[in-house]
Amino acid sequence: MVRPLAPGQVVGGFRLEELLHRGGMALLWRVTHPAHDPLPMIMKVPIIGYGEGAGAIVGFEVEEMILRRLSGPHVPRFVAAQLAEQPYLVMERIPGPSLLPLVEKAPLPAAEVAALGAKVALALHDLHRQHVIHFDVKPSNVMMRESGEAVLIDFGLSRHDQLPDLLAEEARLPVGTAPYISPEQVLGHRRDPRSDLFALGAMLYLFATGQRPFGNPQHSRRALRRRLYQDPVPPRALDPSFPPWLQEIILRLLERDPEMRYATGAQAAFDLAHPKEVRLTERADRMNKPPLGTVIGRWFKSFIPPEQAPQPTLAGRLAAAPIVMAAVDLAPDMQELADALRVIVRRILEIEPKARLACVNVLKVPRIGIDFGEDEQGRSLHLQRLLELKHWARPLGLPEERVTCTVVESPDPAAALVDYARQVKADHIVIGARGTSALRRYLGSVSSQVVAEAPCNVTVVRTRVEVEELGRSLGETLAPAGEGMAGGPS
Amino acid sequence: MLTALMSDIHGNREAFEACLADARTRAVERYVFLGDYVGYGADPDFVVDTVARFVEDGAVALLGNHDAAVFGTGDDMNAFAAQAIDWTRTRLDAAQIEFLRRLPLTAEEDDRLLVHANGWAPEGWGYITGPVEAERSMRRTAARLTFCGHVHVPAVYWMTPRSPAVPFAPVAGVRIPLLASRRWLAVVGAVGQPRDGEPAACYALLHERDGTLTYVRVPYDVDAAARKIIAAGLPERLAARLYRGA
Repeated sequence: MVRPLAPGQVVGGFRLEELLHRGGMALLWRVTHPAHDPLPMIMKVPIIGYGEGAGAIVGFEVEEMILRRLSGPHVPRFVAAQLAEQPYLVMERIPGPSLLPLVEKAPLPAAEVAALGAKVALALHDLHRQHVIHFDVKPSNVMMRESGEAVLIDFGLSRHDQLPDLLAEEARLPVGTAPYISPEQVLGHRRDPRSDLFALGAMLYLFATGQRPFGNPQHSRRALRRRLYQDPVPPRALDPSFPPWLQEIILRLLERDPEMRYATGAQAAFDLAHPKEVRLTERADRMNKPPLGTVIGRWFKSFIPPEQAPQPTLAGRLAAAPIVMAAVDLAPDMQELADALRVIVRRILEIEPKARLACVNVLKVPRIGIDFGEDEQGRSLHLQRLLELKHWARPLGLPEERVTCTVVESPDPAAALVDYARQVKADHIVIGARGTSALRRYLGSVSSQVVAEAPCNVTVVRTRVEVEELGRSLGETLAPAGEGMAGGPS
Repeated sequence: MLTALMSDIHGNREAFEACLADARTRAVERYVFLGDYVGYGADPDFVVDTVARFVEDGAVALLGNHDAAVFGTGDDMNAFAAQAIDWTRTRLDAAQIEFLRRLPLTAEEDDRLLVHANGWAPEGWGYITGPVEAERSMRRTAARLTFCGHVHVPAVYWMTPRSPAVPFAPVAGVRIPLLASRRWLAVVGAVGQPRDGEPAACYALLHERDGTLTYVRVPYDVDAAARKIIAAGLPERLAARLYRGA
């Protein structure tokens, strides 16, 4: 029998301080524990009705199972949990409100929506990387850390790709929240991380326009079926001044077919963070909903069960859509190396047709001095570099939506490249190494510093070095006795 | 307590030794063998002797249908299996056959049922190949957890009193929480003749402390095991399937 809880009571060593929230499914208490000071914590206690068994708290069990396996800045830190007797789940308390109050303020400026969207998309990418699909992304389930990262909360409807999906027991209604639920979720499919990207699209649509893309339908199977054939009103039909690039991104996130959406959260975040680089398609210009005939056709099709192709794992999906970052050295004497770099990049892109290429060049600026980009000369140099970078990428023949070019200004090229890789969540850096001179090894090259500090895979590209040249270069630093290296010239 | 659950070794010495070595590195404290020590593979005597030694040290070992066929008729088996059993009889001495004859069909400990094939009729050797059979088995035992083998394909099923059994394909190396609010049935896969398309030997680890189950895949010297099968004059097909894990 579960007793009512009261402030001052101690549960599992945690002292209940204050009841923060009483929801339909759970109570939220602010709790303290001497061993965990000063981490602010909340305890979630499920409400179990009289005579209800374990099934009544399946969402709670799911959250307990999943949260304890998650880590990183985009989720609340797991502290403790218990499923027996008095069930509870203790986690880090994220200060501040969720994104819910922002709904009142919508429509928000496009730049603000994009910045917010990029943060949430990165949080989703991090979650997907940890084998979890959220399945209930909405403003009340996203919070912001003071340090700026988006935090996803409430994993009661989530699925861990490598663990039993307890919600598979609940075959009654589609699992999700009606205004945000994706078409495939309506059909009961719980395998695709891009369902979260659809919900992100619905949320960004709401923030950017002040309206829900599909209204606020009842949570009934019949009402939700409309998601299978209905398109949202394009934001530009509501407000012709709505930026085309943001419409492009939002409508792509809201594509009914997951294949047509962004492949990963990181790729969506990339576009949201680089509005000028967004490649505009027909979506950006759309001013009307599709003609009735099209919708009726889709309605008929919605009754044909889709073919159930074998589903790739979550890790497989992310691995198939990497962000590849090419660090291109555009110095005139590095032409050969830049060409060699392109050969390797092409090979990588051929293997992964969903990969996205981010080309980066660092414009080295003096450590001390006035802002380089301010004066005319600086601006034109920056632009010139950008044109050269695009010129470098052009022979790859990539469609515009798969490639972006960025020039970064920094006094420290290696640090700037590593920073950029972190920022865009690059999976793979391809970088050229300038040569093998003794001096370079002594001072440390840009590529070796990138290899040492990169947050991801690094491929170092070199133009072929002739054996004698290499031997000579090595000889400069090897023992004066002149012992050749194994396999070197004898 | 960390318990290793191994099933369907089928006279495959190389796979068995690889799994035992793996279990030792994980500090396994207890062993449960879910049957089918013989049949198909070329080292039934080695496997039976090794299991018998573990039993002397407190391990649980159950009877499988191939073991029963050694001292029974084996007339419900396919031609290849029957041929392997006929050959196996020539390789076991009276003491080894007596060891098999004395093995129990089931064992119950704490909230667990251990059985080779299923919980509804262990001596009938019916297969659990989907949620319908899994549910049938779970409903016929009071034990919350059922561990079995026999199918050679690792699988987990769970159910609540109100909902039917749900299947789950375990991922090797991932700890699966066997939540106390549900009943679970785990097919632990095969040590000596995997059939899920993955040739590596398979067994499972039960972590009693936190109630989780982990499937382990152990690569072993398939070449050596296959060569011995052919050298023994057993059907070539039995060697070939080890490479495919099918």
